Amino acid sequence: MTTTRSRGRSVGAQRVALWIGLTLGAIFAGFPALWMLLSSFKPNTEIFQFPPTFLPDTFTIGAYTDILTNPEKLRFFINSYLVAGAVVLLTLLAGIMAGYALSRFQFPLKSLLNTVVISVQAVPPITLLIPYFGLVVWLKLYDSLWALMLTYMVATIPYAILMMTGYFNTIPRELDEAVKVDGGNTMRTLWQVLVPIARPGIVSVGAYTFMVAWNEFLFALTLTQSRENRTVPVGIQLLMGEHSFKWSEMMAMSVLGCLPVLVLFLIFQRQFVSGMTAGAVKS
Amino acid sequence: MSPTLLVMLIMMAVPVAMVFVYSTLSNVVMERDPEFVGIENYLTLFGDEIFRKALGQTAIFTVTSVTLHLLIGLGFAMMLNSGLLPRLAAALFRVIYILPWVFTASIVVILWQLLLNPNGVINYLLEAASLIDSKVEWFSNPSLALGTVIFINVWAGYPFIMISLLAGLQGIPGDLYEAAEIDGAGWRARFFNITIPQLFPILLAVAMLDFIWNLQQFPIIWLATGGGPLNATETIATFTYNLAFSKHEFAMASASGVVLFVVSAIVALFYVRHQKARD
Repeated sequence: MTTTRSRGRSVGAQRVALWIGLTLGAIFAGFPALWMLLSSFKPNTEIFQFPPTFLPDTFTIGAYTDILTNPEKLRFFINSYLVAGAVVLLTLLAGIMAGYALSRFQFPLKSLLNTVVISVQAVPPITLLIPYFGLVVWLKLYDSLWALMLTYMVATIPYAILMMTGYFNTIPRELDEAVKVDGGNTMRTLWQVLVPIARPGIVSVGAYTFMVAWNEFLFALTLTQSRENRTVPVGIQLLMGEHSFKWSEMMAMSVLGCLPVLVLFLIFQRQFVSGMTAGAVKS
Repeated sequence: MSPTLLVMLIMMAVPVAMVFVYSTLSNVVMERDPEFVGIENYLTLFGDEIFRKALGQTAIFTVTSVTLHLLIGLGFAMMLNSGLLPRLAAALFRVIYILPWVFTASIVVILWQLLLNPNGVINYLLEAASLIDSKVEWFSNPSLALGTVIFINVWAGYPFIMISLLAGLQGIPGDLYEAAEIDGAGWRARFFNITIPQLFPILLAVAMLDFIWNLQQFPIIWLATGGGPLNATETIATFTYNLAFSKHEFAMASASGVVLFVVSAIVALFYVRHQKARD
């Protein structure tokens, strides 16, 4: 009797401690993002008002309308969408084709693939950037979005191939054979049968690739130069340097800048998480 | 298939080889006929006081960041996995805890520059709580800058560890805990005798991956402080970038880049061996 009561009490105490811990954690993790969102709706004069306001005293969407009606700032977003979109499409295409081949036809390449994926992690971007800078200049791609697409794919494609190979491996080969008996060829088997089944894998690779391409900073900073070729992460910093006093606009820009990845994340949460942990937490 | 892989290999292996070659030449790119100088660039590099300072700070930055990532990641993962939460609450907290991970580095930095501005909300709160009596310059005070940058980096980077460890925790069989409880083991015994040993392979794997990433961390440091003030936050990555793209010393930058690569590669080698052993 006493043991059950003391256990009940200790579970109760545990619960209280847990909720305190969770709340503190949520403040640490979430407060900065909340502050960003709230600040983006404050007029600039309210940002450093003393004492600070939590909710905007004067609610305004002025910062957003400023950005969305300014072609120069919109350009950053268009560039980021173009680069990330192209990288996702090409990465998925390469990942699906190569992953299918690796999964269905015996290549002695599996370990090589693993090596490439690990090497991509091991080579510091800053080290790679020095020869890439030369390569990009030599290819006459310096200061173009092509330079970014090309270099981002070096990192995203090996990962996509590895992931897609894994997904195709889980789909039984009997399915391929059934299609072939019906007169389908290899490509038809791939696109009409396997790709629809592997959709969760494709979504997870696609979302992860989008995030990598959307968020990349170092190459975008170095391989482009003119304002009209800047992507969002670099563009925000440019504006920051020029009008560091316009904090509400910087915050609105940041909200818009993280929106696509955030939306993708909220929709495809499970795929996102499995994509991100696949490397470290393999069985 | 193999053409793709071949291209990828060329895009990785050839550039790395090129950097090695560059690092043994007199200033490449800028000179028309660079000469072979052997290890001279490396000698200059290690003779440079700021480079040595950057080495030390890279070590501090990396070790502190990885340690805090692991502690916070494990703490949050265990809270989420405690089983004492309603399902919806657990899902909600999980989303909030992953949030920092979706922000790109330049947004992370701007956000914290606003929060940690001398006139910003954090100084205000600390002042209101009487923890500080004058406005703290988090970024421009040389003795605080490295700590500030590490803090921002910890905030931005723990979610990956948390998610990986959460997946690991969910994989620990529940009857292990039940058996321990029947044997009268307290939470401490359960944590050190079940959770940690069961989680260890994943813990080690994510720690090594995180170590490599933090070693190479560039955007957060560069955007927050640019390596300053007075080189107080200089790391090998920012040092290399400055050599190459501000001073146009590409050969020296290559040597510095090689140093960073070699350290990363050693850790990566351990990581590969560890992953192979797990298979």
